[in-house]
Amino acid sequence: MTAFLLKRVLQSLVLLVIVSIIGFAVLNLIPGGPMAQYALDPGMTQDDMDRLAEQLGLNRPIWVQYFDWAWRMLQGDWGTSFRDGNPVTTVIGRHVFATFLLMGSSTVIAVAIGTWIGIRGATHRYSIFDYAATIGAMVALSIPTFWFGLIGIYVFSLKLGWLPAGSMYTIGDGSVLNYLHHLIMPSTVLALVHIAIWSRFMRASTLDAISQEFVKTARAKGLSERRVIMKHVVGNALLPMITLAGVQLPSILTGALVTETVFTWPGMGRLFLDSLGYSDYPVVMGLLMFSAILTILGNLIADIVVALVDPRIRLA
Amino acid sequence: MTKNKNGQIDHSRRAALRMIAAGGVAGLIAPNLLGKPAFAQTPPAAPTGRIIVGLSQEPTVFHPLMAHIEVDDGVNFSMFDALFRITPEGEIVPNLTTEVPSLENGGISEDGLNWRIKLRDDVRWHDGTAFSADDVKYTLELITNPDFRAWRTTGHALVRDITVVSPTELTWRMEEAFAPYLSFLTETFMVPKHILEAQADMNEGAFHQAPIGTGAFKWGRRIAGDRLELVANPDYFGEGPYIEQLVFKYIPDMTVLYTQFRSGDIDVVGQSYLTPDNYAEAKDLPDRVVTLVPKASVESIYFNLDLPQFQDLAVREALYAAIDRMAIIDALNYGVPRETETFMPTQSYFYNPDLPKHEFDLDRARQLLDDAGWVPGADGIRAKDGVRLSFKNSTTSGAHLREQAQQFIQQTYAEIGVEMLIENLPSAVMWGDFWVRSQFETAMVGITYLIGSDPDVTNRFHTKAIVAKGGSGSNNAQYSNPEVDALLEEGARTFDPEKRKDIYLQVQEIIRRDLPFMPLFANTSVYGIKKGVEGFTANANTRTESWHAAGWYWA
Repeated sequence: MTAFLLKRVLQSLVLLVIVSIIGFAVLNLIPGGPMAQYALDPGMTQDDMDRLAEQLGLNRPIWVQYFDWAWRMLQGDWGTSFRDGNPVTTVIGRHVFATFLLMGSSTVIAVAIGTWIGIRGATHRYSIFDYAATIGAMVALSIPTFWFGLIGIYVFSLKLGWLPAGSMYTIGDGSVLNYLHHLIMPSTVLALVHIAIWSRFMRASTLDAISQEFVKTARAKGLSERRVIMKHVVGNALLPMITLAGVQLPSILTGALVTETVFTWPGMGRLFLDSLGYSDYPVVMGLLMFSAILTILGNLIADIVVALVDPRIRLA
Repeated sequence: MTKNKNGQIDHSRRAALRMIAAGGVAGLIAPNLLGKPAFAQTPPAAPTGRIIVGLSQEPTVFHPLMAHIEVDDGVNFSMFDALFRITPEGEIVPNLTTEVPSLENGGISEDGLNWRIKLRDDVRWHDGTAFSADDVKYTLELITNPDFRAWRTTGHALVRDITVVSPTELTWRMEEAFAPYLSFLTETFMVPKHILEAQADMNEGAFHQAPIGTGAFKWGRRIAGDRLELVANPDYFGEGPYIEQLVFKYIPDMTVLYTQFRSGDIDVVGQSYLTPDNYAEAKDLPDRVVTLVPKASVESIYFNLDLPQFQDLAVREALYAAIDRMAIIDALNYGVPRETETFMPTQSYFYNPDLPKHEFDLDRARQLLDDAGWVPGADGIRAKDGVRLSFKNSTTSGAHLREQAQQFIQQTYAEIGVEMLIENLPSAVMWGDFWVRSQFETAMVGITYLIGSDPDVTNRFHTKAIVAKGGSGSNNAQYSNPEVDALLEEGARTFDPEKRKDIYLQVQEIIRRDLPFMPLFANTSVYGIKKGVEGFTANANTRTESWHAAGWYWA
């Protein structure tokens, strides 16, 4: 186990360096840069913009900028946002909770419903339910989230007045109920897509498990169908889902770009878009490294969990 | 036309157009000039309630002297004060001062070089410390400190020998006479010396995250990515504040901004306001007041005059005549913006109303090109001396109204044998070196030419402001006319408004003749506020709707 962990950590470090070099290069290759937002300012002269670029260290060769950034990163300094002057870790930290709340709740909804639909679709293959679920999943996957979001706002906020049109809570009211009230629409909209993905995977995985020899044996033993499914099929079908969950972990924190914009949710997806828009290089790089680390961690955790759950797998 | 109780005007698009035709745009903002109507409700004795302003960009820079964008201005105006303020009519009035220095009152010497500033004696910073001339000196010196990441430095760089005479008086000398400086000072907010001097780093620190000003509102708290809450400063020396809390709410999507205005989640639609396509519906919403407010910016097509095909004035005139401008205004922009022939805002004192009027006339355009020797080649595109009349037009990609206008212009140009290719770029690329160093061929762009209300446009049209030719400024068209250069230099030295007016009327006349850019329309914002918000006035001389939140209150 120790050898396995050591190997993985080394691999991860190499990966992080590669990710950071590519990220840094791509960001700096995009023409424009942080000064573009001032180009139309009536009183801003080229001298002013050149001075600012120099003060921010943007006129140095790109490799000097990279090593400067990487050296600080090694010392735990993620840099300072061009946009609001806060340390990058503070900026990211301020947005983690909102995204975690939104993605966490939608993931819970998606996993619960998606798993159920997947299992039922597999056990009642080619039934009306199965067809409905398949078509529903295709529809949910092909219609963009912002469309669902805007329709939801139109129907439930503007026409019916049941749900708020966005934001995490009403200004001046921070009660738990108020949070939940605001959470319903964005998390449901987000969950729609995740239910679709999750149910398809679960269906395939369940079908796989059902066709195994041990299921036949279980049935031959005379176990009730319910017991066969619950004890022998579902357990095995969930194994690959652990890996899927591991891969999806980073998207829990970074995946809600569109939903966060439509519902004015102050999370990390929107932070990423805004930072890109302002060419706030330190924050974009910070988010990139953050999600790279999450991806690595997610995969590592999934591997360990699978090994713990499935006695056939040994980490080496 | 009916006037409602908070002095705004409800008017139809037709009525608005009639008014523009009849008496100029001043009519649109005229009710604001009157201040509060006599029958308006009076503000509450103590600050009450909360007003939420929705913004489509997030305010993030809170040190008012650091490089920032328009939405940050609303916060600055609410938390800080400048030496002077500018009224919606363009008049400069005292803010932290007791008088506006002029040649008449001796505040500015005859040669325009020596300035004397007299300050109020009743101003306190939010922490209770008295505001004094030392703070002004500190502020002006900070801006030109080479280590400080200052916003624009034009004008400030000319200030020398700042001398504090007494806590309420200071003097300085200008390196050269520069009349626009008075106007620049209306956007130069004073910062507290006693706090910033104690801070280790002038570019970041506690002040930058929770600033202390003298303004009508104090820092409350910021939820990054979501909103900023300011609270009333009960000890404010000026008018107001009448509300307990002022909230700037960040709503990144324009459709959602409108939706939240409709649903009542926000009280005032701020920067970048409602989109023209929502205007027709929004103006009929119950309990909402939706008005068209003239902006200082002008939408235009810029030529890169360095290109051979644009050096012939006949070509520029022909291209201008071949734009069906009213169709762009009415059909594409829902009749919201107004026609203009100049860079000067129509509501400005310096606006020249007598410029030749644009007429859409394809026959005239063809005639102009024929006469100038531009004849159609085998491919139908006109050419002269081996130069084809073909060029690219660029703007921010994804700006739908502009993209539609481009396609529209492309069609009428094709009819006169001119090829216009559309090549749009993402915002950061478009307005980076591509624009700044004049690498574009033609660009569709909305520009605010004035700083405050000052008519000086040296930065845009003087030969020395061509960056592509080693100059410093924003003369992106690479326009160069010695006559204009001389007038601009004279204008910047002249303090008498009457004399300045003559100068800038001429500048506008020459630029209209030379056509370094083709004016499409004067931009107009669609403002939306909830009924019951009183004391709200628009001010095209500032960049923000929240220039005077101190005067807002609930009926």
